[in-house]
This record gives sequence, structure tokens and C-alpha cells, in this order.
Amino acid sequence: MFATQVYGDNGKMKEYHYTGPVEHRFSPYSFNGGTVLAVAGEDFAIVASDTRLSEGYSIHSRDSPKCYKLTDTTVIGCSGFHGDCLTLTKIIDARLKMYKHSNNKCMTSGAIAAMLSTILYGRRFFPYYVYNIIGGLDEEGKGAVYSFDPVGSYQRDTYKAGGSASAMLQPLLDNQIGFKNMEGVQHLPLSQEKAVQLVKDVFISAAERDVYTGDALRICIVTKDGIKEETVPLRKD
Amino acid sequence: MALQDVSGFQDTPMSHMWNSPASLSGPMGDTTPLLDMADERILGWGRFKSSERDGGVPLRFFIPPPQSSVPFRCDNRHTSLSSLSTSSSPPTRRPFPLSHGTTTLAFVFQGGVIAAADTRASCSGLVACPSAQKILPIHSHLLVTTSGSGADCMLWERILAREIRLYQLRHGRRLSITGSAKLLSHMLHPFKGTDVCVAATLCGWDVEEVRVEEFKGKRVDRMGSGRDDSISPAKRPVEETVMSTSDACSQDDLTDSACERTRHAVTDVDLTRSPVRDRCGPKLFYVCSDGTRLQGELFSVGSGSPYAYGVLDGEVRWSLNEEEAISLAREAVYRATHRDAYSGNCVDLFHITAQGYCRRDREDLREEYHRERERVLKRGKEESEEDKK
Repeated sequence: MFATQVYGDNGKMKEYHYTGPVEHRFSPYSFNGGTVLAVAGEDFAIVASDTRLSEGYSIHSRDSPKCYKLTDTTVIGCSGFHGDCLTLTKIIDARLKMYKHSNNKCMTSGAIAAMLSTILYGRRFFPYYVYNIIGGLDEEGKGAVYSFDPVGSYQRDTYKAGGSASAMLQPLLDNQIGFKNMEGVQHLPLSQEKAVQLVKDVFISAAERDVYTGDALRICIVTKDGIKEETVPLRKD
Repeated sequence: MALQDVSGFQDTPMSHMWNSPASLSGPMGDTTPLLDMADERILGWGRFKSSERDGGVPLRFFIPPPQSSVPFRCDNRHTSLSSLSTSSSPPTRRPFPLSHGTTTLAFVFQGGVIAAADTRASCSGLVACPSAQKILPIHSHLLVTTSGSGADCMLWERILAREIRLYQLRHGRRLSITGSAKLLSHMLHPFKGTDVCVAATLCGWDVEEVRVEEFKGKRVDRMGSGRDDSISPAKRPVEETVMSTSDACSQDDLTDSACERTRHAVTDVDLTRSPVRDRCGPKLFYVCSDGTRLQGELFSVGSGSPYAYGVLDGEVRWSLNEEEAISLAREAVYRATHRDAYSGNCVDLFHITAQGYCRRDREDLREEYHRERERVLKRGKEESEEDKK
């Protein structure tokens, strides 16, 4: 199924050889890489992202983190097309302020997730090319992670990886945090230290195998005491 | 404010005209309405009442203006008519795939409606979510099984739930399942031809309130006899699905008391024959974003539906009892997940009766696969022993 897209008529690969005249249409999208990860614990949530901004074969910046703080209890990670990430976070910030002024209270993580879903679906026919993951604390103080697809479908998870290395990281998380497909293993709840260490290990692995992930890792840890940020260096090549 | 324009947000009460479907067109063709929209760049869909506030989130879609061959034409307002009328150019191509692929099924039998679905949400070869929920309750007597694009189904189900609730508040009675199906079908019609992909089956039970005028004197008695007060819409909001308590109800309880209460609540239904054409009783509708709206007694939707149909067509009868119906639905989903790559993980099962819906625990089919293998091995051993004899 994919071979017909990859190879041109003369048997050469389209991405590396000249396979004939092609009409190029201006595409409003471009892919800027990056990986985002979020884990929810009993009373904490972790949102982590790498800080590399790339386009094609170039790196635009080595210090462009993809986690954005929304409220004292919520952090969002956005990866995909950087232009849409910036606009989307600005829109969310504006809507948060409007909500605060109309309702005299901050939006909860669940409410932000529902709102983001409708914002994304409002652009169903010209979507924001952004893979979002929201991490934060819910009203009861428990960790919550909400993962989105680019058009607004979302659900609450315990852990989720999004972005360019998501296909590599998600199975690893399924195994280490979800204990999926492991026989005879005790299901211990995840402590904050263990979760942070796991996130660091996972990103080191991602940087090894995914070209769009690397440079540095920014970790935001959300607890009832606030949001703590940590930066860890990764491979720069 | 520029940001407000981009987000399409207006915090003043809106006075919208009800846009007839004819004036709502997708991004293809139709130049005349598109001119109006190209001016505003926003496709609006509002309600009659100007005093109504939408809470800041109206149903508005941003439709990109059709791409002309000259890029960077920022201000389409001054672009001549010719560029708009030439192309039925394709809309902006999406660089990412959306989730598709599923098996959902629903059928009607004498004990109500059974709805079952798998829980895998796939996205061009990757499993985006192994525990998606494809059967969404709207109110205590209506479920929607969703198939097609995940985001479309989720959002349209929310919109449908909102509209049904508004109808209930305005008219004092709950919209019937037939009406809900029609409503969803008409709401999806303007998007025919776009790539909105929603294939839903509405499963529910129409209750007695439809006949309120005829039985005015006896209404209280009917409502009171054997049925919870909570079903009455005027008293409790729909969101408080009382079925949260009966979620834990065991299968035995339901079988015993269901028959008894059914007799009180739905006396017009003749249990010996299929009552799907009557005003009340179990109902099943299939609504699709290409405009199909069908009433029936058995539907299966999705990439795994051929396999499910194979299992169901042989066994579904009106006279099934509850355990048989549940195990049949489970078996159909299991066989479909076994053969279809895009279906898998767990199976969700819901059962709707006159009292509302009852949900079974989500079951991981991996265990079933292992049990099946053991059964096959055992059978092989028994047969070889018999041959020896």
C-alpha cells in the first residue's frame, strides 16, 4: 500500500531521486518535529518535551521547549507544526483569561481539555497540525493526562506520548507504566522520583533513534505545590 | 481584536438566523454562498433565539477559501470572482491521518436492545488508543455507537446530546429515538461531500411519555407503577443517569425484575412479536454522514462488520433470552476482532431495557482468545481418543 507512494514510475524513490515533473502546491503546513510525553501519578503529573525545532534536514533551534504552562495546575505539550502550536497556545491563554474574568475562577484541567477539543474541531476543515497532550491535576488533586488528536478527539489517560517519536515511546510506556503483557509482575503505583527517572530514560532512548528528537529535555512536574521545571541535556547530533 | 477574529469567538449574545441547509455548503463548489463566507471566512450556524448565550462556543467552522494558483493572496475579498468560480480545487490537504476502523453492532430482541463494540482506535496502522469508548450514552434511554473518524463521532455526539437536551427543556418531553435519528441526520446533511465521517447507530427505548395527551388522567399512575420517578424528565436533568446505580446490577436481577416492570411500564407492547414499528419500545437506527437513515433490527458498522454479520445473521432471533443475546453479541465482536486488523483489544457491552441502559464491565478479549485455544486443544484430544476407540 505504501510502496506506490514511495516509489515513482521509474522505480526510483520519490524522496531522493527525480522521478518526473511534479506540480507543487503551496502547503500551509510543515513539520517541525519534537516529542512530548505526559505521565499522571497519584498526586502529581509530569509533562516533558524535547527542545529541538527542526524542519526537513535543518535544525532551527536547540532551545525551543514544547511545554507551555497554562494555569498553576495544568501544563500543555504541543508538537507538530510550530506555527499552529504558537497560535493555539495563544488562543488557549486568551480563552483562559476570558473564563477567569467571567466566572471568577481558574479553569480546571478537565474543562481545559473539553474546551481545547471544541477549539480544535472548529477547524475541522483546515486543522491545526498540532498533537496536544495536557497534563495536570484534577479537582481531587489526582494526576490527569488528556491526549488529543489534531481534530479534537480526546480522552483521559494515565500516560501518553505524542509527536515524532510517539510510536517508539508509547509501547515502552505501556510496558513500564501500564504493565501490559507482563506476567507475574507486581503492579506498584508510580512514585514521583521513579516517574521522573523513567521519563529521562525514555527520552534518551528516543533521542538515539529519532532524528527529530534531541538537544535537551524539559520536564515540568505539576504538584499541588506548583510547577517545577527541570532541564536535562540530550544528544545533540 | 485580531486574536478574537482568529478564534471566531464572540462574547456578545448572538442573533443568528437559522441557516437553511441550502446555504451551508462545504468547501467544494457552490460559488454564491461561498462568497458570503469568503467575506467572513467563518461558517456560522446559530439558533433562533438572540437572547441565548452559547457560553462562548458556538458551532462554527473555519472553511479555508479555495486555493488559487497564485499563492500568498491574503485578502480574498478583493480577488476577482473568476478565481473563486474557476476551481473546485481540493481543500487543503491534511498532513496527518485520522482514526478509523472499528467493529460495532446492535440488535433488537424481546428483552430490549443490545449494543456491543470493540475498543481499538487505530490511525493508519498504529493503535492510537487501545481503550477508546465507542458506545456513548446520551441519556438513560439512548445510546450511540460510533464508527468512522473518532473526532467527528465524539463532537457530533456531544452536539446531538446538547440538542436533545435543549428540545427536552423547550418542549417538556423527551425527543423520541426516531426524532433523535432524524435530528442527527439533518444536522449532518450540510456536511455531505466533505470528509466528515460519522456512521452511528442510535439504540434506545421509546418510553410512554410520547402518549402524554391521551392518558392525561392516568399519567401519574403509569409513571409511578413500577418505574423510577427519575425517568420523568420534568423532575430530573438528563445528565443524572440513574443507571449509574444499576451499572452494578447483576444479570440475574435484571432478568427477573425487568420482565415484571416491563409489564407495567410498556403495556402496549406485545412481547410475542417484534414491535419496532410501534410508537414505543426498543428502537434501532443507523445514521450515516452520507445521508443514510435507516430503522432496523440488526446493524453492524465498521471494518469488522462483515465478520460480525456472519456470526449474527445465523443466530439473532426475536425470542432470544438475555444471556443468549449478550453472549451472542460478545461472540460476534470477538470473531470480528480476531479477523479484522483494525478491531481489537476489549469489548464493551450495553443492554437497554424500558428502565434504561445497563453496562457490562469491559472485557479484555485476549483472555477469551486463550480460552478458545484451550477449548480447541481439548476438543482435538477428545476426538483423537474417540478415534482410537
